[in-house]
Amino acid sequence: MSNSDTAPEILRTVDGQPLKEALTRASRSARIRAFLLVLPLLVFVLLTFVVPIGQMLSRSVVDEKFSENMLQLGAWFAENDSLIPDEAAYAALVADLKVASAQRSAGNVGTRINYELPGTRSMFTSAARRADEMAPPFKEAMLAQDPKWARPDLWAAMRSASAAATLNFYQAALDRQIGADGTFEAAPENVQIYVKLFIRTFVLSVVITGLCLLLGFPIAHLLATLPLRYASLLMILVLLPFWTSLLVRTTSWMVLLQGQGVINDLLVWAGIVGDDGRLEMMYNQTGTIIAMTHILLPFMILPLYSVMKTIPPSYARAARSLGATSWTTFRRIYLPQTVSGIGAGGILCFILAVGYYITPALVGGADGTLISNQIAFHMQKSLNWSLAAALAAMLLASVLVLYWAYDRMVGIDNMKLG
Amino acid sequence: MKKLLILSTALGALSLPAVAQEVNVMGWGGAYSISQVEAYHKPFTAKTGVKVVSIDADNPATPIKAQVDAGNVTFDVASVEFADAVRFCDEGLLEIIDPAILTPAPDGTAAMDDFLPGTVTECFVATDVFATVIAFDATKYAGMESPSTMADFFDLTKFPGKRGARKNAKVLLEMALVGDGVPTSEVYATLRTEEGVERAFAKLDAIKSEIIWWEAGAQPPQLLADGEVAMTVAYNGRIFNANVTEGKEFEIIWDGQVYDVEGWVVPKGAPNLQNAMDFISFSTGTEPLAKAAEWISYGPPRASSAPLVGMYQDGKTEMGPNLPTSPANLTNALFSDLEFWADRDTDLNERFNAWLLK
Repeated sequence: MSNSDTAPEILRTVDGQPLKEALTRASRSARIRAFLLVLPLLVFVLLTFVVPIGQMLSRSVVDEKFSENMLQLGAWFAENDSLIPDEAAYAALVADLKVASAQRSAGNVGTRINYELPGTRSMFTSAARRADEMAPPFKEAMLAQDPKWARPDLWAAMRSASAAATLNFYQAALDRQIGADGTFEAAPENVQIYVKLFIRTFVLSVVITGLCLLLGFPIAHLLATLPLRYASLLMILVLLPFWTSLLVRTTSWMVLLQGQGVINDLLVWAGIVGDDGRLEMMYNQTGTIIAMTHILLPFMILPLYSVMKTIPPSYARAARSLGATSWTTFRRIYLPQTVSGIGAGGILCFILAVGYYITPALVGGADGTLISNQIAFHMQKSLNWSLAAALAAMLLASVLVLYWAYDRMVGIDNMKLG
Repeated sequence: MKKLLILSTALGALSLPAVAQEVNVMGWGGAYSISQVEAYHKPFTAKTGVKVVSIDADNPATPIKAQVDAGNVTFDVASVEFADAVRFCDEGLLEIIDPAILTPAPDGTAAMDDFLPGTVTECFVATDVFATVIAFDATKYAGMESPSTMADFFDLTKFPGKRGARKNAKVLLEMALVGDGVPTSEVYATLRTEEGVERAFAKLDAIKSEIIWWEAGAQPPQLLADGEVAMTVAYNGRIFNANVTEGKEFEIIWDGQVYDVEGWVVPKGAPNLQNAMDFISFSTGTEPLAKAAEWISYGPPRASSAPLVGMYQDGKTEMGPNLPTSPANLTNALFSDLEFWADRDTDLNERFNAWLLK
């Protein structure tokens, strides 16, 4: 407590500056130096991670392929609410197609509408090729070329595409499409795919994480309690596959599991199954689960090990000496102390599993593929990047929700990664 | 440290203008890229002194879209499938290629009359014809009747066993219809109707339980070699390669083959535009196209090239009968309809994926 009677004397450094100022200056320069040291990493992360991912995600809500090329039609949509196009609308459409034809952008326009209504892309490209020859009345001219131009759902799709910002890709990612009357409705049963795949992805990820925990827990315990000599050997056995290329491990599983593979050959040789009764362990969900569990196992073992290493064995001994059975000791003394490791390993395995792509693509067959394979399909094959971005954003959001739930239930501070 | 930084920056800046005479060509890797390097790249450099840098991609169409969208194009020529070329051309992602740069045939036939009809467009010049076919291991059918038609692929009672198929609706739906007895000339007209699509899926349903799906072109020869499948959908070039380089005895069923063309495009904003055009003009000449077909069993798209194709590099395998363009192989063949697939690729594949889940 300072003495309130006397005015506080200002402390000064040797060269007469107030101490407080000198201290602030010194600490500020230290802060700047520290900031400069992390600056390269910050710039690196911003440029290579935050900006590209942000750009990619923004594609899920913005698509300008139609809106920036169809200006006159956009203006007509802005002025008219009606779903039934009049002559002015067709005139605007033809005028825009003329420009699009000259600028070679008709394909862009058609592609955008084709996302909503499959099979319409060529209507735009062929109409654009002939737009220059068209004469009023434009409605008749367009309908003469293709009567499908009068479809209300086509005009609804064009109206919704005339704004660059759109939620249509999220609708598509939820298996919804523009119906005949122009409003969104659930897609027919035989084309619904994404919701099913999301559910399958999460169920499989939970199963794989659970298997990793079941298999990894005893190994981590052994690692933490064995004499150093054996523990190091065991550790190498855990780490060796961890350091091996993902593709090598996946293809090794293919060699082991396939119909004419090592395991089936052994079973047939031993007479356990007949030659025509070979087990199907590959190109289905079983293959995905086995290969992914093996690949993700170290991500469970290592955090568990680092936590178990810190648990003093005296606690368990004390419990036993106080009369607890070995099961009670495990359940009430040992297990609660490993929760932070289980949480860390579980979250690592789960998040990695949710985004896994190569392994399910190679061993998953038809029913073992995950949502990430569908994202890759739209990135690389169909080139509908907006839909890929919408699917990826939904995957990211659901992982964040789970992370938040974990934080509420277990507490993220409790997590120990090593 | 600071000096070093300045020095290296200055050097980096200096090294940029030094790369003047080159052309960057993006291909698909593997044996296909080797054929292009041997037949096009090396002779082009020998003739003009322009260095050709060969870059590999899983599918060069993806980087074209990414780089043109981002306004930072790093390559000049790319090898893409026809359907992607047409789509990108409509979307303004490609440079226009003036057909006047194409060289006439040795006998003076104009280039446009020499190429197969429709294989040169304003943005695209074909380099080769490849086919998706059915293949099987001849050693597995030794002494018994072996499959010979597309219908056999879908016939599990006559030819039991697993089937390999590419996990994509394209080509597979056409094959299903041909296997169901639709004449090749009517396949796309049938597929344009809802009943036709249902008919194709129904045909696939018949063998669905026995199908092992593959995604990479290298997988089907492996599946055949492992005995995992009795028959598989495959690219003819991969089957040919397994036969000549690994001594396999795989046989190709040319009946119902679906052939497609690949060729050069120039992404919009290519850094070495003039070199790119020179390269395309040179490599699509009669002789380079014929030479490429001696490295991989993809047929040349120019009529004048066909008689020039000689032996495979091993010096004993005649290339002619192994090319999709050989007349005997074209008797019941289907040219992949790019307009149809540009329109329906996404929705039919979504339906296909949903069908897989059922």
